[in-house]
Amino acid sequence: MSKNECAIVGLGYTPQGKCPDWTVRELFLEASTNAISDAGMKTHDIDGVLVELCWTDPMTQCWTLQQDLGINETSMSANYDSMGASGGCKIQLAQWAIQAGICKNVLIAFVEKSATAPAVPYRGSPGATVAYGLHGAMHGIAMAAMRHKLLYGTTEDQLGEVAVTFRKHANMLPRAQMHAKPMTMEDHHNSRMISEPLRLFDCCLVSDGGRAAVVTSAERAKDCPKPPVYIMGYGQGHVKMDLVERNTLVDTGARLSGEHAFRTAGIKHKDINVLGLYDATTHNIITQLEEMGFCKRGEGAAFVEGGRLGLDGEFPTNTSGGMLSEDYLQGWTGIPEVVSQLRGDCGERQVKDAQIGLVTNMGGFIAFHSTLILRR
Amino acid sequence: MTNEFPKPAPDITPDTKLFWEGTKNNELMLNKCVDCGFHRNPLTIAANICPGCGSRNHAEWVKASGKGKVHTFTTVHRTFHPAFEKELPYIIVIVELEEGPRFLANMREISSEEITRDMPVEVIFEKLTDDITLPQFKPVK
Repeated sequence: MSKNECAIVGLGYTPQGKCPDWTVRELFLEASTNAISDAGMKTHDIDGVLVELCWTDPMTQCWTLQQDLGINETSMSANYDSMGASGGCKIQLAQWAIQAGICKNVLIAFVEKSATAPAVPYRGSPGATVAYGLHGAMHGIAMAAMRHKLLYGTTEDQLGEVAVTFRKHANMLPRAQMHAKPMTMEDHHNSRMISEPLRLFDCCLVSDGGRAAVVTSAERAKDCPKPPVYIMGYGQGHVKMDLVERNTLVDTGARLSGEHAFRTAGIKHKDINVLGLYDATTHNIITQLEEMGFCKRGEGAAFVEGGRLGLDGEFPTNTSGGMLSEDYLQGWTGIPEVVSQLRGDCGERQVKDAQIGLVTNMGGFIAFHSTLILRR
Repeated sequence: MTNEFPKPAPDITPDTKLFWEGTKNNELMLNKCVDCGFHRNPLTIAANICPGCGSRNHAEWVKASGKGKVHTFTTVHRTFHPAFEKELPYIIVIVELEEGPRFLANMREISSEEITRDMPVEVIFEKLTDDITLPQFKPVK
């Protein structure tokens, strides 16, 4: 352990799924107070607050959270926006602020309210794509998935294997939106087409919910009640947002983000015991495995076959069900689950002897990317 | 479902005005850097800079050949705007033009099963409103 290492010591959850009676501000508070309590801290121990804006209520910000928590002053307070990649990015920023001696304990919070509040209509950039019927992320990701299929022949069974595997995981977790809703390969193939080649069960859920975490130094982490989960490696990679401006549609920020993470962690892929990969769609799992070097480019679809991502597989992935089957809380579906696995808190879905985990977040039209490699 | 909603029209800005003037005359216009010759899509780089060399000199407007190849596409079965309901399923395509830049549009006169990677396509023009004519693509016969 380097003496500068930081750790995630607190996790905070809220009700999730459909929460019509909860405001964005209340969800932020519920997740935050639960995370601070999980870390064995009081609100006045927090001296850094990082929030990503919830588009349903963009007036709930870092400053409202700090004020509501009664924290008189912090050394860092910011709204962070790398879209869906923000969770992993904010944990890195918290780590750097702690390593620089600016902050001691940083609170990071997130809220999604897309299940019960109207989303902000997507206008495209700079406003021409709407005229062609391109609305929202799925049409864009579908074009990336189609490019992958045209180049490498990805099949419906291979996409389906990802969806079915994650659903099995969700069926072990009562809080998952798709708990007690088993899915067969036939169910996947019979689900309605959304945007070729993606069917309904290739696409993530729509959810309400909040999540939060507390990051502190390794030194202080020893005094916290829960087993510390240390940040071994970290990376980010961000590519152009507009689909037509990309070098290729199958290349995202995952390659650079993963390179940084493995280099800073100083480990190999085979050392990873559990993964949390950002699953906006089944396609994103396949390309991230390729881009991050778990297999070669073009081999990701074959890589997921044969139960490799299942609990008993070589690389157990998205053990809560991920955004496809647990809930759509963006990066905050994967981060707490990998931390919980490394704490050994996962009960029936616990990966045996999980020591090292990797978690990714993606944002925008799969343009922003962050990676964390964590260890117990 | 009846189509009671007008289709959303692209924004016309000072930077894209000449592009939309061009489509009304059935011309697909690109920005070409006067310093390095890099062609760019005026809708996505709607600013006075060349992403190829960084030149801030004003680009010239040049007419594209209108020919290109399919980079990727999707056939949409679930739309999120009511104006597109009656067109379902429709195809969104990304075309790589001969001059280099890529354009997003709809693909006409073909079904999704017939589209192949790098298939040659050419531009056609569809009037949307008095102000906006949209470039679209169809296979080269």
